[in-house]
Amino acid sequence: MLLEAAKLEVAYGGIRAVKGIDIAVDSGELVALIGANGAGKTTTLKALAGMLPWTAGHGSFDGKPLREMPLHQRVRQGLVLVPEGRGVFARLSIAENLDMGAYARRDGDIAADMERMYALFPRLKDRRTQLAGTLSGGEQQMLAMARALMARPRLLMLDEPSMGLAPMVVELIFKTIRDVSAQGVTILLVEQNARLALTISQRAYVMESGLVTLSGKASDLLDNPKVRAAYLGE
Amino acid sequence: MRLPASQAGKLAVFTALALLLAVLPFGTEALLGRSWVRVIDGALLFSMLAIGLNVVVGYAGLLDLGFIAFFGIGAYSYSLLASPQFGLHYPFWVLLPLGAVVAGLFGVILGAPTLRLRGDYLAIVTLGFGEIIRIFLVNLNRPFNLTNGPQGITLIDPIRIGGFDLSKTYEVFGMKVAAVHSYYFLFLLCVIASIILSLRLENSRIGRAWIAIREDEVAAKAMGINTRNIKLLAFAMGASFGGVSGGLFASFQGFVSPESFKLMDSIMIVCMVVLGGMGHVPGVVLGAILLTALPEGLRYVQPLQQSLFGRVYVDPADLRMLLFGLALVLMMRFRPQGLWPSKRREHELKGEA
Repeated sequence: MLLEAAKLEVAYGGIRAVKGIDIAVDSGELVALIGANGAGKTTTLKALAGMLPWTAGHGSFDGKPLREMPLHQRVRQGLVLVPEGRGVFARLSIAENLDMGAYARRDGDIAADMERMYALFPRLKDRRTQLAGTLSGGEQQMLAMARALMARPRLLMLDEPSMGLAPMVVELIFKTIRDVSAQGVTILLVEQNARLALTISQRAYVMESGLVTLSGKASDLLDNPKVRAAYLGE
Repeated sequence: MRLPASQAGKLAVFTALALLLAVLPFGTEALLGRSWVRVIDGALLFSMLAIGLNVVVGYAGLLDLGFIAFFGIGAYSYSLLASPQFGLHYPFWVLLPLGAVVAGLFGVILGAPTLRLRGDYLAIVTLGFGEIIRIFLVNLNRPFNLTNGPQGITLIDPIRIGGFDLSKTYEVFGMKVAAVHSYYFLFLLCVIASIILSLRLENSRIGRAWIAIREDEVAAKAMGINTRNIKLLAFAMGASFGGVSGGLFASFQGFVSPESFKLMDSIMIVCMVVLGGMGHVPGVVLGAILLTALPEGLRYVQPLQQSLFGRVYVDPADLRMLLFGLALVLMMRFRPQGLWPSKRREHELKGEA
């Protein structure tokens, strides 16, 4: 397994938001983490990324112990998060944003990677000198993903990429996620839009009040009556 | 062979600027008197301070309202080791780098507990830090007389380069070169070195990390930037400019006391950076020069009032703060990006409007 976490617990003050969950992602997989608002999805992702401390549990990334690894070290190891709300550098240009994405890398191939990003996200290419803050929500999401890809991640974690976007844009974003996955990037996707997430992913975990209540193949979960009732509105 | 027009133009501007800077202290003395040469020297020292603060505020976006403390630390570390206070007389080439290192260490001491603070909260803590340092300087004459308290330290060694004592007057090609002139050239060299160093920093990997932190600290972390170390580095680098400037100040004045390192001076440096153009080195140097030189012009207000009205209505010292406040208000209203902003910042503020 590329990423493994066992009995992961995260608490805010005294309140446990994540109450001991097991999560694993293998190389090349596209795995979704779905669930209702407040189920602990984002908290889990932040803990995996190193933005929140773990109160219990242990984990590994590529065989290296994860729990105490500082955030910047995780990025260098290839564990990269696209945060909720995108977090682009609003007052930097698109090209500068992409350049920042490659900060943790020390090899010289950055210009070539930037061209690859422009090929993958043609909308960004036309606006490379524009400030990121002037982009639309969907374009910012694309920029955030492109920026994360500039770090050459081995596991890309996406937090609510569809948040606040128009349905047509959401479709485009999800198509892009599938493209990125097809290029061999391992992805862990947190998403409220359960149907879309299950459609593009191979495996999924369902979270409910801080616990993983269901997990398995995405296609099975799509057929699961409980999931259909609770998350697909049927 | 002819140079391309733009290159020839650059060369001409550069030569003219170099000539101007070379004759500036002598021309100023001939036209306005020696006190104005001292003002220019002060402006150069403040330029170094503004360049240092610009690293912290302009690049990394960490508002520091106690920056004068590093100037004081630099000045005292020079004074204590080159004066009769302890009978120590180390040479300047030991003491100036030492001042940079000591101030840098204090920068880290200030930075470490404030890593989680931003904006107003950081400003309040740094303001407190500046005052703490000053109060220490005032009170560290007991139980062991380290700083000589409010009396300050006198008879500080001037800078000596080889057999050349910068505090003495020499005759060069029939021209009298006094202390104010020699120090002018030394300060000028230091300012030029600071500008080059600061610009190199801005365009380095570290400079990019500072910009990322200034723009969005959470996103900067997600880029794999070790924000803790990079922020501490900003405090340390900025402070070390202040430390060198302080050492130069001590040797130039021959006397330091805690009076020179008050909150008002910290605020002045912040104003230099903000009015000049935050994050833009030429801008902050311009800010430092203007804010040092313009208030000096007010000293003509008193005789002017005397001759016009027969008495003095407004004390120039009060007028100074009044005009200063007015200038700040007007700047924030009409030109918030500063007098000479970087292209980026100009762009940003237009984009927001």
